[in-house]
Amino acid sequence: MWLPFCLSGPTKIPTFESQRETHPPMSQIAELQRTASQVRRDIVRMVAQAKSGHPGGSLGCADFLTALYFHTMDRQPGFSMEGKNEDMFFLSNGHISPVWYSVLAHSGYFPVSELGTFRQINGRLQGHPTTHEGLPGVRMSSGSLGQGISVAIGAALSKKMDGDNHMIYCLTGDGELQEGQIWEAALFAAHHQVDNLIVTVDWNGQQIDGSTDHVMSLGDLPAKWTAFGWDVLHMNGNDMADVVRVLDQAKTHTGKGKPVVILMKTEMGAGVDFMMGSHKWHGIAPNAEQTESALAQLTETLGDY
Amino acid sequence: MEAQTSTQTLFGRFTVTGKKATRDGFGTGLHALGNTHPDVVALCADLLGSLKMNDFVRDWPERFFQAGISEANMMGIAAGLATTGKIPYTGTFANFSTGRVYDQIRQSIAYSDKNVKICASHAGLTLGEDGATHQILEDIGMMKMLPGMTVINPCDANQTHAATVAIADHHGPVYLRFGRPGWPVFIPADEPFVIGKALTLKRGEAVSIFATGHLVWQAMEAVQILEAQGISCELINIHTIKPLDEAAIIESVSRTGCAVSCEEHNRIGGLGDSIAQTLVRHRPAPQEYVAVDDSFGESGKPEELLVKYGLAPQDVVNAVHRAIKRKG
Repeated sequence: MWLPFCLSGPTKIPTFESQRETHPPMSQIAELQRTASQVRRDIVRMVAQAKSGHPGGSLGCADFLTALYFHTMDRQPGFSMEGKNEDMFFLSNGHISPVWYSVLAHSGYFPVSELGTFRQINGRLQGHPTTHEGLPGVRMSSGSLGQGISVAIGAALSKKMDGDNHMIYCLTGDGELQEGQIWEAALFAAHHQVDNLIVTVDWNGQQIDGSTDHVMSLGDLPAKWTAFGWDVLHMNGNDMADVVRVLDQAKTHTGKGKPVVILMKTEMGAGVDFMMGSHKWHGIAPNAEQTESALAQLTETLGDY
Repeated sequence: MEAQTSTQTLFGRFTVTGKKATRDGFGTGLHALGNTHPDVVALCADLLGSLKMNDFVRDWPERFFQAGISEANMMGIAAGLATTGKIPYTGTFANFSTGRVYDQIRQSIAYSDKNVKICASHAGLTLGEDGATHQILEDIGMMKMLPGMTVINPCDANQTHAATVAIADHHGPVYLRFGRPGWPVFIPADEPFVIGKALTLKRGEAVSIFATGHLVWQAMEAVQILEAQGISCELINIHTIKPLDEAAIIESVSRTGCAVSCEEHNRIGGLGDSIAQTLVRHRPAPQEYVAVDDSFGESGKPEELLVKYGLAPQDVVNAVHRAIKRKG
């Protein structure tokens, strides 16, 4: 089994520099898929154990966050809040904390065994991510929606001031785009030419009360971002090869005076058949029988926590 | 405010050197930081002139970010800048610095422990003619309830300058509240500003007057009236409402036996309540409030509004008489 990390201590993740310019080999895609499979198992087990949490969006974003941390981002060993000389990531839709915690743990920021403390008292893995408990890998608290892009812009401005050419990544939900602050941030980033910023929108079309079209239509999302002055890319967020390809492509779009947004089509609940195609699994935990059924669909590749 | 134009020395120590707005002190303080603190950056939401930030922007344009009329986004950007080691100062009116962006401050700044300095002008009634939409009287309460937030309300331009400089060396979120109108300047320019340390302006025996912001001057005028009546007043400037200098409050009231709190804020949730909490736990004593009585403001001249809403020197005098009477 290929282990792209150690479980604790400073870790330098391979960045596959030689393959950056071209399509990654299928073996690498396969490795990322194997990692994502374990991440999905972790999500299901964490939420089931806590009897609460948000499996739907977490499963949908498992491929993206796996690729981002294990393929795309240039990261320094260990964790520093200031993130000098490394790429930085901000999660705006904090409710998909299970997927992020799993990816962070497998990336070496904290022991994988700590995933068992998700949503438990006295733990660092709060229901929504926070810096407050000192969890390595987390640089802002999120959960109240709409705030992440603004924070990411601040970090991106700082990188520019410091002459640091690394990227700032941010993931938001699509329902989250109903928050006005998102569009304040969109205006600002274009106006100030924040072109070291790559925002990804998890465009799964679902939110708590139903589909986004039913609750509050986002309309023509690509046209909206284009009109706000962003460079718009598209991604199939549940096709690992496409995730890697578009993430590679996005980097080549930076430094050209425009912020970059990736509109990432995903399926809420991706990887677990009975959670897919519905908003119902946004924020509820599977029972024992459902957990067993879900885990039967997800290969244990890196060892369960 | 009658005495403000003539040069006078109060309590043998404080010379009134003229009138300036507290926001002028913020502008000069921020500009001074440009030279001394390269990590200090500034953001503003379309109010550069009102916040007196133009000198900083002129001399360090690469360290300034115009957010436009989008305060929520500005707070988030400040949090991101702080994450990476910058010391961001945000500038807008006090109501847009607090109520409008409370959730952003709560999650992205306070709960995230970001080193952001939230600098808020035009606080309180003395904003004047624009009226109640802009005259926030609840901001101290909102900000002091946030865990980890430091809340400072300086009393004149010199103290605001000193506070603006001092908070750069304090790691953690700060709410710095100041105002619009020209106001007597009486704190010596070289008076040290220590966050969380009360400043005793005058020693006295019969009553402890605790004042913050513009109301410090009102209290100084009141003390002159009261001393002429033979009442020995202790006047303490509480510029830092959180963390509160509880020791200074307890020590003073232990000697005088009663307290009067003075603030340009709602009676609910401001300095007075912080003092009352301290006294009730450590040294119960009669306390009277000089504050706005759970009301919105309205349009008018600052001095007219201060009289109408009970924040004039005579209101401080009356409160002192009530407090002393309650000592029994």
